[in-house]
Amino acid sequence: MSFITYLINGISLGSVYALIALGYTMVYGIAKMLNFAHGDVIMVGGFTCYTICSTMGMHPLLGILVSVVVCTVLGITIEKIAYKPLRKASSPLAVLITAIGVSYFLQNIALLIFGANAKSFTSVVDMEAVKLADGEIVISGVTIVTIVSCIVIMIALMLFINKTKMGQAMLAVSEDKGAAQLMGINVNGTISLTFAIGSALAAIAGVLLCSAYPSLTPYTGSMPGIKAFVAAVFGGIGSIPGAFIGGILLGVIQIFSQAYINSQMADAIVFAVLIVVLLVKPTGLLGKNIQEKV
Amino acid sequence: MKKTVRSNLITIGIVVIAYIIVQILISTGNISSLMKGLLVPMCVYAIAAVSLNLTVGILGELSLGHAGFMCVGAFSSAFFSKCMKMFVPGMPAGVRFLIAILIGAALAGLFGLLIGIPVLRLKGDYLAIVTLAFGEIIKNIVNILYLGIDENGVHFSMKNSLDLNMENSDNIIINGAQGITGTPNDSNFTVGIILLVVTLLIVLNLIHSRDGRAIMAIRDNTIAAESVGIPVTKYKLMAFSISAALAGVAGVLYAHNLSTLTALPKNFGYNQSIMILVFVVLGGMGNIRGSVIAAVVLTLLPELLRGVVSDSRMLIYAIVLIVIMLFNWAPACLEWREKVAASVKTKLGKKNVSKEVQ
Repeated sequence: MSFITYLINGISLGSVYALIALGYTMVYGIAKMLNFAHGDVIMVGGFTCYTICSTMGMHPLLGILVSVVVCTVLGITIEKIAYKPLRKASSPLAVLITAIGVSYFLQNIALLIFGANAKSFTSVVDMEAVKLADGEIVISGVTIVTIVSCIVIMIALMLFINKTKMGQAMLAVSEDKGAAQLMGINVNGTISLTFAIGSALAAIAGVLLCSAYPSLTPYTGSMPGIKAFVAAVFGGIGSIPGAFIGGILLGVIQIFSQAYINSQMADAIVFAVLIVVLLVKPTGLLGKNIQEKV
Repeated sequence: MKKTVRSNLITIGIVVIAYIIVQILISTGNISSLMKGLLVPMCVYAIAAVSLNLTVGILGELSLGHAGFMCVGAFSSAFFSKCMKMFVPGMPAGVRFLIAILIGAALAGLFGLLIGIPVLRLKGDYLAIVTLAFGEIIKNIVNILYLGIDENGVHFSMKNSLDLNMENSDNIIINGAQGITGTPNDSNFTVGIILLVVTLLIVLNLIHSRDGRAIMAIRDNTIAAESVGIPVTKYKLMAFSISAALAGVAGVLYAHNLSTLTALPKNFGYNQSIMILVFVVLGGMGNIRGSVIAAVVLTLLPELLRGVVSDSRMLIYAIVLIVIMLFNWAPACLEWREKVAASVKTKLGKKNVSKEVQ
């Protein structure tokens, strides 16, 4: 019975990873860059919700809404100021290092405003835990909300990308920027939109993550950010279903290794699985294999 | 004198002159104790940056696990030094440290080779994430390693210190997350500078050798390099493992500068690897001299800012980092810089002309 509990917890954690990984993978698909600051956008989302709900005592839904808006604006601003000027830089590493700079910047702003002490985040989910099989399986409200919201967001995102003009524009830009521009697509606008969606998802992920693991510090987003990045690569970076599958698998593997092998080794096992997958399938589970031409 | 030889001499000359200046400052007492504490870390980061530049700048592969190799070098050498201190107390410190350096370098190099064989098949961002993963795995494993030696032989465990079944807990050498305590303090600034110069000599000579040119050919165009008969895998592995071995040397220097060595995210995690990568990119990829200068300046910067603005120093550091990157790499900025340079030149040129007229 504990197996099922672990499995559900793993899927819940994996859902959060999947939400973050979606942001990574969409930005990578369209801008061909690793947005290292993405993890810290999660932290900003968490702190915004904390300020609205705990400090100002507003309704949790308002907290979620405000943190989504703040993160969306933040994502677009970061892209405009720090990444856009470097889009045509001669080395792809330039924008990577700038992203690291942005990450330090966000962490230290949060450190100045909120201090280094961990804040205890009040869960935004006010729901009774569900008991199954005579109380042997207990699923907390946060877990259910996390899984459900991840699935809803995932379906909405797939519909948006495949059914709307803007979504098709995003696919076109990620395929070939030059050709997309010739077809009359606003490339800059589309890239901004991608960052906006990614950051909005990060805000939701941040609120859900902090509801499940209530300690909030300026460095909260750092490790989940890296894990989600691993999840995105795991599923094949650039592929949206891949990010979803990668995130869920990663969460399940992490919870299982914490439960059955060694809690200190959980991170190492997660990374080891990634390495094995990449060695067998060098572009991730659902990644496209592009042959290099002479 | 050949151009490359002159350039190498300038690089090493800068290091030696910096060393002499610092020694004069120390002997006249013009240097704060805070600065003195930074001298060895500066050497550590300079060596690490130069070695990472070999992978990133010369081989052209992005590695985010460099701190992992530092970790291997640090722990293997600290283990050796502590064992020697406990069981062969008569050994001269110089000999012990020299062997420790060799052990650290060899083991880190071996790890580089073992990791490089599977990993270097991957490309670009995939390689970056796998090296990051390896770095984290190394850090994680070191944190659950328990090892002790007493008269009954070697005790080893990956659970906890009680599992070692040792009568005297003083004989535990590696104590899991608490790391290694009581490593002899063999590092000092002079040793650091000597190691930095040796590292520079190795890397600079490698770059300008036949092997180095082959490595750079692989960076510039792998397929073309392969078609003229350069064994790509061999040279990739060579550059990667030399880079790892030199990172191991940086780790040895780091370990012997502290009395307690622990593997924390702060010193051997991916953040540290990224920090070293920042040195390399800011100093200029493939530019060895730049790496040394960037490592020294960026290690000093947060500490210098501490005196001016203690609270927001890391914030300013982040802003400086972003601004420098934009200034150095953004195409629009580069254009603007060229324009300014051209207009300054024409102005100076006009002055010269008017002087000639007079």
